[in-house]
Amino acid sequence: MISDEVKAQMREIAARYPQPRSAMLPCLHLAQQTEGYITSEGAQAVAEAIGARVDEVESVVSFYSMYTTKPLGAQVIKVCTSVSCYLRGADALLARLEERLGVKKGETTPDGRFTLDMIECLAACGMAPVLQVNGEFVENVTPERADVLLDRLERGEGVGDLGSRWRLTEQGGFTTAGSMESGNGVKGEPAKENS
Amino acid sequence: MTINAPNSTDTPMLPLGPHPRIVTHAFDAPGIDQLEVYRAHGGYEALAKALRDLQPEQLAEEVKASGLRGRGGAGFATGVKWGFLPKESARPRYLCVNADESEPGTFKDRMIMEVSPHQVVEGTILAAYATRVRHAFIYVRGELPWAYRQVERAVREAYEAGLLGRNILGSGYDLEITVHPGAGAYICGEESALLESLEGKRGYPRLKPPFPAVVGLYGGPTVINNLETVASLPAIVRLGAATYAQYGTEKSKGTRVYCLSGHVERPGNYELPLGTPLRTLIEDFGGGVWRGKKLKAIIPGGSSTPFLTPEQIDTPLDFESIAAAGSMLGSAGVVVLDEDTCIVGAVLRMTEFYRDESCGKCTPCREGTYWLVQLLERLEKGHGKESDIDLLDDICDNIAGKSFCPLGDAATSSIVSSIRLWRDEYIHHVRAHACLVGPGASRQHDEVAM
Repeated sequence: MISDEVKAQMREIAARYPQPRSAMLPCLHLAQQTEGYITSEGAQAVAEAIGARVDEVESVVSFYSMYTTKPLGAQVIKVCTSVSCYLRGADALLARLEERLGVKKGETTPDGRFTLDMIECLAACGMAPVLQVNGEFVENVTPERADVLLDRLERGEGVGDLGSRWRLTEQGGFTTAGSMESGNGVKGEPAKENS
Repeated sequence: MTINAPNSTDTPMLPLGPHPRIVTHAFDAPGIDQLEVYRAHGGYEALAKALRDLQPEQLAEEVKASGLRGRGGAGFATGVKWGFLPKESARPRYLCVNADESEPGTFKDRMIMEVSPHQVVEGTILAAYATRVRHAFIYVRGELPWAYRQVERAVREAYEAGLLGRNILGSGYDLEITVHPGAGAYICGEESALLESLEGKRGYPRLKPPFPAVVGLYGGPTVINNLETVASLPAIVRLGAATYAQYGTEKSKGTRVYCLSGHVERPGNYELPLGTPLRTLIEDFGGGVWRGKKLKAIIPGGSSTPFLTPEQIDTPLDFESIAAAGSMLGSAGVVVLDEDTCIVGAVLRMTEFYRDESCGKCTPCREGTYWLVQLLERLEKGHGKESDIDLLDDICDNIAGKSFCPLGDAATSSIVSSIRLWRDEYIHHVRAHACLVGPGASRQHDEVAM
């Protein structure tokens, strides 16, 4: 349900722009955040807030990959499969997650806890392979580390300190690699930067 | 470890040493994302200086003198681009900062936003002031929620500190900044598609001309700058254009944040002067090809740029040298492939990206990228014909230069260059029904529906 409060928020977002229709994408994000996916009620509310027709809203929804018109799992895991991640084992990572969760990419577990999917280049190529859990980055994810991550997610602990932090390396470069080593009980090969 | 400083012998007088971190200045300072810490490291001094001492035109001249060129991919001179805006116009003029980073192999803009969001804000204000803009937008890729929240918070703090809004720092200059989230579409990194998206529509590119500088956002004159470009401005103003321009080459000045990924020991973002040889980046900074393997191929500027070979590893990383070597510096996303990489498999993966991200507006790109993937998949799985290789080239010829926007051209770069450089490997797939190298060389290929 889109409450009056959310509708007011949408109007507030629309006021930030010289033309209210520019608030299309942020208002759709809000609708999806509120209801889990874009419902017809959500599309209607966005249309009203920004002064567009519902079919105009729907045509935008179908264009952008972040919007979904179907409910997803509580935790959406998206694995980057673009070239830099591909070169460093993204396919093996995806296969490991499919095996653990018992679903194929694009599917949701029967209990509704997890949706697994692939995603295009996430701007984390130097920390490949990478995935996001509900938009939060986890980088340098070997299949072994994926197991540790899934254990945590299944216990409802969230990404926690498996998440990314940038740091300066001895060589004067920036990476988030190595940050997983500070996590608890993290197994697997340490990042090359630390070896 | 020894670092072979490329400039240390021929230009020993560099004011900030051979490898200064100019754009990534103070990125290692704890809490640099906070306003007070950013200020303690010289943050917003450039803004105060510009508003106090420089007219907008003088600031634009300073940026022109610095030699700064766009960091998004095309490499157009920033100050010159600003000059394309008409002096007078009936409609309001706008600045859009393009932070829709999604070129495979590129991860610099995300880092800049996450680590130093106030630098993004300061750079945006400087660019807006130089172009006499009163409303700027920062278009942040939708899949980067932390970057978005960091920039949004920095904007809010800047308003509260009197650095944004009305009469900034008592200068009489007014500016609004709106941070805008994308929603998953690579094409929106193309400047005219970005404008459509920002107007609340599907991200279809616009016909040019008219160029955005004349007819852009809401029909008003609009300048679109890459995020790293605007994030370079505070340092250029603070250090002075002359100091900045001492780095780099004659035509490619300053530093770039090179994104090193793929099969190297130490991938990461390395800020180095333009003109630094690929070898220095890959071997000295990146630790060389991983696992002691040999180098097979280099993508120098994101997946939209043609491959380079190991023989070209001494090519300097600047716009002119990389172009002379047959590729493009693009977004400076340097992807390294080791000797065990099946080139057909890698090219297939890159082409799938363009198929998925083609916006569908024009036929050559929409249909062409689909068929390129079909053919590459057939070849990769060992069921292709030798004529498929020429057919790939032919389809690429019918996409490149014949599509509505540069996405079509980008889709063909890896295919055309890989066929030219590794045709034997394509032929091997046809004749041996297997890959030449990598896991696909020994195992039986998957059956594929023909």
